[in-house]
Amino acid sequence: MTRSQKIEEKFFKLLMIVATYFILIILAIIIYSIFEKGLKSISWEMLTQVPQGGYYYGKGGGILNAILGSLALAFGATLLAFVIGMPVALYLNVFLIRHKRVISIIRFLLDLVWGIPSIVYGAFGFSLMIFFGLQTSLLAGILTVTLFILPIMIRSMDEILCTVPIGLQEAAYSLGSNKSEIAFKIFTRQSFSGIITAVLLSFGRGIGDAAAVLFTAGYTDHVPNGLLEPVATLPLSIFFQLSSPVAEVQNRAYASALVLTLIILIVSLFSRGLGKRYHKTKINF
Amino acid sequence: MDQNTKIEIRDLNVFAGKTQILKNINIDIPKNKITVILGPSGCGKTTLLKCLNRLTDLYPELKVSGQILIDGNNILEAKEDIYKLRQQMGLLSQRPYPLPMTIYNNIAYALKLRGIKNRREIHKLVMHYLQQASLWEEIRTRLREPASRLSIGQQQRLCLARGLAVNPEIILADEPTSALDPISSQFIEETFGSLKNDYTIVLVTHVLRQAKRIADNVVFMYLGEVIEQGSVEEVFGNPKMEKTKLYLGGTFN
Repeated sequence: MTRSQKIEEKFFKLLMIVATYFILIILAIIIYSIFEKGLKSISWEMLTQVPQGGYYYGKGGGILNAILGSLALAFGATLLAFVIGMPVALYLNVFLIRHKRVISIIRFLLDLVWGIPSIVYGAFGFSLMIFFGLQTSLLAGILTVTLFILPIMIRSMDEILCTVPIGLQEAAYSLGSNKSEIAFKIFTRQSFSGIITAVLLSFGRGIGDAAAVLFTAGYTDHVPNGLLEPVATLPLSIFFQLSSPVAEVQNRAYASALVLTLIILIVSLFSRGLGKRYHKTKINF
Repeated sequence: MDQNTKIEIRDLNVFAGKTQILKNINIDIPKNKITVILGPSGCGKTTLLKCLNRLTDLYPELKVSGQILIDGNNILEAKEDIYKLRQQMGLLSQRPYPLPMTIYNNIAYALKLRGIKNRREIHKLVMHYLQQASLWEEIRTRLREPASRLSIGQQQRLCLARGLAVNPEIILADEPTSALDPISSQFIEETFGSLKNDYTIVLVTHVLRQAKRIADNVVFMYLGEVIEQGSVEEVFGNPKMEKTKLYLGGTFN
């Protein structure tokens, strides 16, 4: 290695190390501040009660309404987006294999709508609701969030399905498999852990977004009790609590953020476990 | 048509865009013999093999014209089910591609595609095909393990067993030993030797010694053209074409 190569190697290695630790430290600070402020205010009462009168000015109660609302909304939307998104991703990769141009146009469009800010989905959902005469409700929220996370779901699955080796496809076709068998028996198995990751990513985006649900899911101090009733969500709950002039309520906002973080943590741990079970059969090429 | 000809290839041309990969190919492949397609890398051997079971359909850029007659039936214009047609041929590729499932299910998957649903029969046949590919003794206690845990050589034999399990008449093998160690390669070659009584085998290779060891018939290809074809004694013992002599002499490969 020449001298300049050595310097180059050192420089880039240093750059990578610095960037990595920089990001890790920022992440640690965010998580630390959520824990530091949140742990002070988190209590059993907060997790198990709905807001009492004057909750946002420091009176008693909790955020059970928002926890349950967010869970119902995010699970509903993720499930719906999966049911629609999985076939789309499989269709792109198995059935459209001879139409590379069509595939690339669809991918381009999906990447485009991925970039649209969620507030626009919220506004779109809102105008649909007016059209159908629907009120702010869990259903309207689920539908809007589904639209919002669909591009994420489809494109992240698509990226995984793309990596199924052509040799494996040839092997499966040569046995006489038809395209649905290739899609549902080969692609889904080979990409199982990646599909889980796509679902998780979509769930995280869905449960964490405030703007898409602002006009569509509404807000309420009650626990959700039906698809056609408004529901509270954690991001909006955090927003309302942070907007309070009372310092104690602001700390509760951090406690709510902590709850949101923990929900995502639990869901990811669970789905990783699920992914591992199948990972064993995946063939590594 | 000659009674003993299984596959007739007539005026086969394959284009990838403007590049011609196969030029006017005419080959007769005899029944229950091992026909070796020999030639240096990039001469179109693999493409030729993929034409035989229409895997070329997966590549939109390939334009195939001409005729491939299997038992007198032109498969390039097959009106019948392409998926059924592929089951007439077992494929063994350059490197093993086991399916992402257990060892047992790799074979069972092929059997189910063949329409066998009875569990006891599947059980019996899984054992039968694993024995035929001389893999059974090594893995009889590991059937429920993922196929990905087998060694490369074992995976290739599993793929052979799986290919046999669809009950084909033809075996297509694309340099099946190129990723394997010598022992596993020998296993595969010996298995081919014993399979040729029941199957028509088409083997693609660039290894001269392998061709000499197991071929009955040799087709020598160079840059997308068939240079010479005939029995192994003719092509190796008394090559007529200059290019064949050069290749056999090791001048280029």
